[in-house]
Amino acid sequence: MAGFEFYGEGPPGVDLEELTGKLIVLEGTDGVGRSTQIALLKPWLENHGHAVLVTGMTRSALAGDGIKRAKEGHTLSGSTMSLFYATDFADRLENEMIPALRAGFVVLTDRYIYTLMARSIVRGADPDWIRKVYAFALRPHVVYYLRTQIEHLIPRVLHSTGFDFWESGADLRLGETMYDSFVEYQTRLLKQFDAMTEPFNFEVIDASKSIEQVFEDLQARITRHLE
Amino acid sequence: MKMYGEHKFQGRLFIAEGIDGSGKSTQLALLQKWLDSEGYTVFFSEWNSSLLVKDTTQRGKKKRMLTPMTFSLIHATDFADRTDHAIIPPLKAGAIALADRYIYTAFARDVARGVNPQWVRGLYSFAVKPTLAFYFRVPLETAMKRIVGGRDSLKFYEAGMDLGLSDDIEESFKLFQGRIIAEYEKMVDEFGLVVIDATQSIKQQQAQMRNLVTQALRGAKKMPVRRWLDLSSTVKGRRA
Repeated sequence: MAGFEFYGEGPPGVDLEELTGKLIVLEGTDGVGRSTQIALLKPWLENHGHAVLVTGMTRSALAGDGIKRAKEGHTLSGSTMSLFYATDFADRLENEMIPALRAGFVVLTDRYIYTLMARSIVRGADPDWIRKVYAFALRPHVVYYLRTQIEHLIPRVLHSTGFDFWESGADLRLGETMYDSFVEYQTRLLKQFDAMTEPFNFEVIDASKSIEQVFEDLQARITRHLE
Repeated sequence: MKMYGEHKFQGRLFIAEGIDGSGKSTQLALLQKWLDSEGYTVFFSEWNSSLLVKDTTQRGKKKRMLTPMTFSLIHATDFADRTDHAIIPPLKAGAIALADRYIYTAFARDVARGVNPQWVRGLYSFAVKPTLAFYFRVPLETAMKRIVGGRDSLKFYEAGMDLGLSDDIEESFKLFQGRIIAEYEKMVDEFGLVVIDATQSIKQQQAQMRNLVTQALRGAKKMPVRRWLDLSSTVKGRRA
C-alpha cells in the first residue's frame, strides 16, 4: 500500500516517512450508523492483531469543550464555526492521529474533513476557501462513505436523540419546524457528500441495509485493504 | 462568504500593526480620542478578543498545548468572530472601526513559526481589507527597552519558546521577534502597509497618522452621539 501524503502542505515538522499506520475514515450524515460500525470494527480489528485508535469530531483536548460551549450560545457564525472545527481537527490530527500512525496503529476516524467541509459549504462558506483551509490534512488510505436516503435517516434519528438543534441546521432557519429544517439541512449535506464522492475517492457503502450487512460489507473491504 | 477586498462598506477601517513595544496601541488610542472629538462614531477592537474562543486560547497557552498549526487556527477563529461582531457591523453602519492588530499579525507570527505563507493568507481571505493599515516600524532593541518589567513580563508563546530557538526566554524572544519583523517588512509592499517610523516622538507619529486619516475620511459620515450625561441634564432641566 502506498505511503502517506498531505492534500497540500502539512503541518510544520511532520516527516511522512515515519508514518507506518493506516488511516481509515467513515463518513456520512448524522444518524447513518457510523458510530455503531466503528464500535463493531474496533474489537474486530483488534482481534486480528491491529492496534486501533478511534477518534471523532470535537473530541480534541484543546478545542472540544470550547466548541461545545460555543454551540450552547447559538451565536457562532459560519466562518467562526468552520475555523473552530478546523482547530479541533488540527489538534486531533497532530496530537492523536499522527502519533498513532507513527506508532503503526490503524486509525479509525468517525468523520473527517469531508463532513466539516460539507457543513461549512451548506452554511455559506466558499468551497474553494474551505478546501484550502484543510490542505494540511492527511489523505486517508480509504474513505468509506455510508450513504442512505433521507427517508431512512428520519426513523433512526427519532429512535436515538430526536432532532438536535445543530444536526437540523436550525441556525440556518430552513424550515418552520425542526423536522422541516432537518430534512432540508440533511438533504443539502447529502448533496455535498455526493459531490465529493468522486474528487475525494469515496467508497460508497449502502447504509440502508441492516447493521450486520453493512458491517460485513465493511469487513470485506477493510480485509482487502489491509492485505 | 465575501473574500478579502470585495467589501464595499460606507465606514472606514484603520488598523495598527507592529511588534510589542512599537507603540501602536498608544497611537491608536490617541487617534480614537481625536476621532471621537471630531464627531465620528468609533468602534475599537483588538487581537485575541473573542469571548467565544477566549477560554480555548487561554487554556491552550497556559497548558502549552498549541502547535504552530493550532495556534494559527485558533487565532483565525477568534478573528472570524471579531470580524462578525466588531468589524463588519460598524462598517455597515458607516462608522469607523479601529483595530489593534489585524490579519498581518497572523501572517507575521504564523509564518515565523513555520506555517506556509500562502496557506495562512488563504485562511484569512474572508477579512475586510483595511482603508489604511499602519505599520509601526521599530528596531528590536528599542521595542525591548519599552516593554516594561523586563524578562518576567515575557510570555512563552510571545517569546516563541514553542519553537525551541533558545532555552533562554530573552534570547528566544529576540530571535522570534526578529523573524516577525522580517515578515512585516516583506508585507509592506505586498499589502501596501503605511510605514510609520516609530522611533519618532509620539506627537510626530500621531500628526502623520491624523494627516493620512483625514484624507481617507473624505465623505465619511459623522454621527455625534449624545452622552448620557447630556441626557440626564436635559431630564433634570425639564423636571425643574
